[in-house]
Amino acid sequence: MCLGIPGKIIEITNVNHKLAIVDIAGVKRQVNIACIVNEQHPPEACIGDWVLVHVGFAMNRINEQQAAETLQLLQELAELSN
Amino acid sequence: MKYVDEFREPEKAEALRRQIAKLCQQLAKPIKIMEVCGGHTHSIFKYGIEEILPDNLELIHGPGCPVCVMPKGRLDDAIAISQNPNVILVTFGDTMRVPGSKTSLLQAKATGADIRMVYSPLDSLQIAKDNLNKEVVFFALGFETTAPSTAFTILQAAAEEIHNFSMFCNHVLVIPALQALLNNPDLQLDGFVGPGHVSMVIGTDPYQFISQQYHKPIVISGFEPLDILQSIWMLLQQLVEKRCEVENQYNRIVQKAGNTIALQAINKVFAVRDSFDWRGLGEIPYSGLKMNPEYAQFDAELKFTIPNIKVADHKACQCGEILKGVLKPWECKVFGTACTPETPIGSCMVSSEGACAAYYKYGRLSTIGKKTTTEKPKITQEPLPACGMSLD
Repeated sequence: MCLGIPGKIIEITNVNHKLAIVDIAGVKRQVNIACIVNEQHPPEACIGDWVLVHVGFAMNRINEQQAAETLQLLQELAELSN
Repeated sequence: MKYVDEFREPEKAEALRRQIAKLCQQLAKPIKIMEVCGGHTHSIFKYGIEEILPDNLELIHGPGCPVCVMPKGRLDDAIAISQNPNVILVTFGDTMRVPGSKTSLLQAKATGADIRMVYSPLDSLQIAKDNLNKEVVFFALGFETTAPSTAFTILQAAAEEIHNFSMFCNHVLVIPALQALLNNPDLQLDGFVGPGHVSMVIGTDPYQFISQQYHKPIVISGFEPLDILQSIWMLLQQLVEKRCEVENQYNRIVQKAGNTIALQAINKVFAVRDSFDWRGLGEIPYSGLKMNPEYAQFDAELKFTIPNIKVADHKACQCGEILKGVLKPWECKVFGTACTPETPIGSCMVSSEGACAAYYKYGRLSTIGKKTTTEKPKITQEPLPACGMSLD
């Protein structure tokens, strides 16, 4: 029920209704970006953002740096275990 | 697939498995960890995580599956709304096979009710615009993860003045359910794997009471196998070091304050109910959402007459004990015989996130019976001390 899938915003299709197109592993789908836009982050600034998609909404941006740090930690752990 | 494949690498999983085994050896006690979220339960079974964990580490599958905790009475109410010839009932696919007291939405659809499945609640607005002579009702359910999407749907319906649309709101809240679990004397847990996508909305601060009042550690986790294994490893580290903190493994998605835009939408559209009935857990105070009076015109509970009758669960069904982690699915009398995914008696067998359905689909004979709540491990039976406390 709380399933979320990462996707990349590639186009803003309707600024007023806050609609965008996300690319999810090659599949393109319209999503609502109301949860991730405000004055600091207007819709047009969302292109290129990686987001988590849930029930047709981009729920949050994915923090690339945090993801890299998590993977780095796991890599170090793997090297430690060998 | 970016942000997915990297978190499924077998070498890193093996490294985590070894680290988990080391920590379990250090603890040398039976450890019980509850994964609250049904999404985690599904991943744990899908990737065989339970099988690679040490024998003294047991995962308890919690009540974080909105379909599993939906009481029969509310299903009956949704079916009653759908029986109105002027109504199109719209809902997520997850709810279609959940048994009410007499029938499911799928059976009601088969007998003529206009019930439609959608991917997004926004799709129900298009159905309303395409069917102006009908009343379109969205049967909304889910935790805080899903509530922003239905809140924004109501806001859009208000902005576009879509008068033939309303919502039957059944959203539930994670924190009161966790409090109810922690107050249950039957349940003995050492820590929690916290729900990742609920936390994406509500943040990590609301969980502080778990560490401060109940002295249990919790790690907010992602859903890929490496996420879950890393979260278990982090929990075990806390137990070894006698710490109990709220930690965030899923920090690529979850921020401390959550998603303030989403929270504002929830608070604008919804209000907290005095009480809500959970299947298996009973009435939990302040655990559900209802429509705010400001949006009363979109409240299906005011627009339609609904039975609103509380219905007891099937006598043979032990979903309640399973949701609380008191029983394992295979310990239920009807598991896999009278109750299967094709003919579910209880809701835990309906959803792919339900513990029973997960065991039925992915459960392995080698795991079943190996780790049970009633089994007496060869090592000491003393419960772990609360964080920071010694056994003396």
